[in-house]
Amino acid sequence: MEIRDLTKRFPGVLALDAVNLCLERGSVHAICGENGAGKSTLMNLLMGIDSRDRGEILIDGRPVQFVNPKQALAAGISIIEQELNPVPEMTVAENMFLGRESTRFGLWVDARAAQEKARQILASLGIELNPRLKMKELSLAQIQLVEIGKALSYDSEILIMDEPTSAIAEKDADRLLDLVKSLRDQGKGILYVSHRMNEIFRVADTITVFRDGRCVSTQLASETNRPEVVSLMIGRKLEDEYTKNNRIQPEVALSVRGLSRGDDFHDISLEVHAGEIYGIFGLMGSGRSEFFDALFGVEPADEGEICLFGDRCEHRRPKDAMANGMALVTEDRKKSGLVLSSSVRDNVALPNLRQLSCGPLILEGREKDAVQRITDRFRLKTPSLRQIVSRLSGGNQQKVVLAKWLLRSPRILLLDEPTRGIDIGAKGEIYSFMSEYANEGHAILLISSELPEIIAMSDRILVFSNGRAVGECSQAEARQEELLRLASLSVHEGEVLHA
Amino acid sequence: MPENHSARRSEQSFAGGRHTLARLLSEYGILLAFLVLVVVLSFASEYFLRADNIINILRQTSINALLAIGMTFVILTGGIDLSVGSVLAFGGIVAASLASEAFGGGVVHPLVALAAGLGGGVLLGAINGLFIAKWRMPAFVVTLGMLSMGRGFTFIYSDGMPVPRIDERFLVIGQGTFLGIPFPVLILAFVFLVSWVILYKTRYGRYVYAVGGNEKSAQVSGVNTRWIIFSVYAISGFCAALAGIILTARTTAGLPQAGQAYELDAIAAVVIGGTSLSGGRGTLTGTLIGALLIGVIGNGLDLLGVSSYYQQVIKGAIIIVAVLLDSFRKRD
Repeated sequence: MEIRDLTKRFPGVLALDAVNLCLERGSVHAICGENGAGKSTLMNLLMGIDSRDRGEILIDGRPVQFVNPKQALAAGISIIEQELNPVPEMTVAENMFLGRESTRFGLWVDARAAQEKARQILASLGIELNPRLKMKELSLAQIQLVEIGKALSYDSEILIMDEPTSAIAEKDADRLLDLVKSLRDQGKGILYVSHRMNEIFRVADTITVFRDGRCVSTQLASETNRPEVVSLMIGRKLEDEYTKNNRIQPEVALSVRGLSRGDDFHDISLEVHAGEIYGIFGLMGSGRSEFFDALFGVEPADEGEICLFGDRCEHRRPKDAMANGMALVTEDRKKSGLVLSSSVRDNVALPNLRQLSCGPLILEGREKDAVQRITDRFRLKTPSLRQIVSRLSGGNQQKVVLAKWLLRSPRILLLDEPTRGIDIGAKGEIYSFMSEYANEGHAILLISSELPEIIAMSDRILVFSNGRAVGECSQAEARQEELLRLASLSVHEGEVLHA
Repeated sequence: MPENHSARRSEQSFAGGRHTLARLLSEYGILLAFLVLVVVLSFASEYFLRADNIINILRQTSINALLAIGMTFVILTGGIDLSVGSVLAFGGIVAASLASEAFGGGVVHPLVALAAGLGGGVLLGAINGLFIAKWRMPAFVVTLGMLSMGRGFTFIYSDGMPVPRIDERFLVIGQGTFLGIPFPVLILAFVFLVSWVILYKTRYGRYVYAVGGNEKSAQVSGVNTRWIIFSVYAISGFCAALAGIILTARTTAGLPQAGQAYELDAIAAVVIGGTSLSGGRGTLTGTLIGALLIGVIGNGLDLLGVSSYYQQVIKGAIIIVAVLLDSFRKRD
């Protein structure tokens, strides 16, 4: 497959600017770039979801023009998308053959044939999975594998994988990468989109870096290295991914005693000092986010007490926590951080409207100034403050979430996965912001599943497992293997490491 | 026009030619359709553009427009209010009964009757809101129940009979004019302005949009989402009762069967005006244009002697086209 001079313009941005790309059979071609670099646009054009403004796509030397994904599939291109879209109530087999069910006499669906075929395809991938299970019963990793099986079931010669490992655990990711390699050996051409450097260097033969809609380099993986690719992606040299120079002060900012709520978490106690970045590590479902919800009053705790700067506080609803100088950047910005259909201004102003109004009326001048000031501080890239946030890139959306809470100058900042799904450049900015903000004497609680991140950024780390705090260690003592071991402990094995 | 329109407009200037036309059509399609209709009708019927006909259209539209304004608040939060027709009748009959010598108790001051009618509407709306906001029931089900119950209360209260012989001073609400403009139109203008200020200039308005756009985000941001959801149904009840009082005063009698199926036109006006049924997106100006469009179609087709059967077909087609335009807009 070859792409020549491909160009796509969206209102306000040149999403793809004269991109050239060549994918050979039996090779893995990695596409990397920050969010908003044009990777998704490229895939949408390939699959016929968007129409291109200029340029050509050639398959086996013949120019093609798809107007919908069905045509792309028929021509042998299939895609495994980043956001999985299974139908939860349908079975594995039904999902794999959705829209092209084989029928008996053209009347009713031949479920058994579909199940048999699904089993064969999955088996060829080395996956043992009952095709009669419903999708809602599967883990994220299994769903991901089913999606790959589905893509393969079209007998595609070209596979596009968009951040295939973003939702799954490391062990499953290894398996997936092996699978990619074996598909390559079968002669498929694979376009592998990711910004995880480790993976790219493990599977890719060729690496193309995108930046601002342009293709800035195409190199053989063997001829380049990680720092070079990263600096090409962000367009400057990356000094150090993490910035951390906060100083802990003696004053206790937040102290939690015996906080419990139902089955979610039990008897959590901790103390965080002013100026400290306090990490909380745990696997999905360990109760860490639920703990934040309780601190912030989204779903109050049943038992235990919360003290802010020595004063006992009762947080029955977010408003109480906000009044006490707390802010919560939630785990999922689309679900609970932003109003996607509203503008940047409306989103940033939302938790601050009381301060920005006189009686019931909003003071629009003051509002505009405040929003402008805080978004400038985070170097938010947006055509205007009236831009609808759903049109911003992931990193910029996250900056909007940070901006809306930082406008309140909270004394205690709760950050739940603040860098998930955003590009390296924006991550770096968020790290240096965290360091700076802690240094001003504020306390930060950080939840993260990325071990290098939590170890690099936290002064101390508390490990959650099954709703209990199973260990705490200082930054100096923290080791990835140890944290992982603690996080996967069952309840009774809990032990406490002291700093 | 409210906030997000200007944002879209500034984006359009970046877009290519073909895109601009498509966008303009989807953004201002309804306004355009409205203007085209007016031009066509003014050629088709010499009577159409005469001042008294225009005033007539506005007066007829005022009832539906009032319901649609309340409905806009509800739909912006992602809800729906099917009970407005019944609440209209209830508010109207309560007010009429207090202003009529025919209905026991004697005549109170018309302002008291007015307040009681409005209070009745707010009460029924608040009951809707309570079930929907507090007990998290689907708005469709609750207001469908109220559609039936509200009508039942109205018949029980009036014993199924119209309430005639209403105080002259009360009838002014529906029949009076100021500088040649009928009171119902003035009331509509006033309610529109106040609603516009509430939606676009106050915290409350922002919260309504935020709750409709993403309730969870609004809650985490410290918004009392239950209160917002509760209150929009009370607002809708208020608007419906006000419409009922105007209708009563215009027809000089409280009719228990008034307003049947009015919820359909009200929802139609909101949807034609571009408000998304899933909430968080839409404008009050759009709703007003939607209501006027429905009014003009009815009036224009009457003037041209088109049967009311055809009118229904045309109105339905416009609703579908409006939602189609909206789905184009979403795709962009």
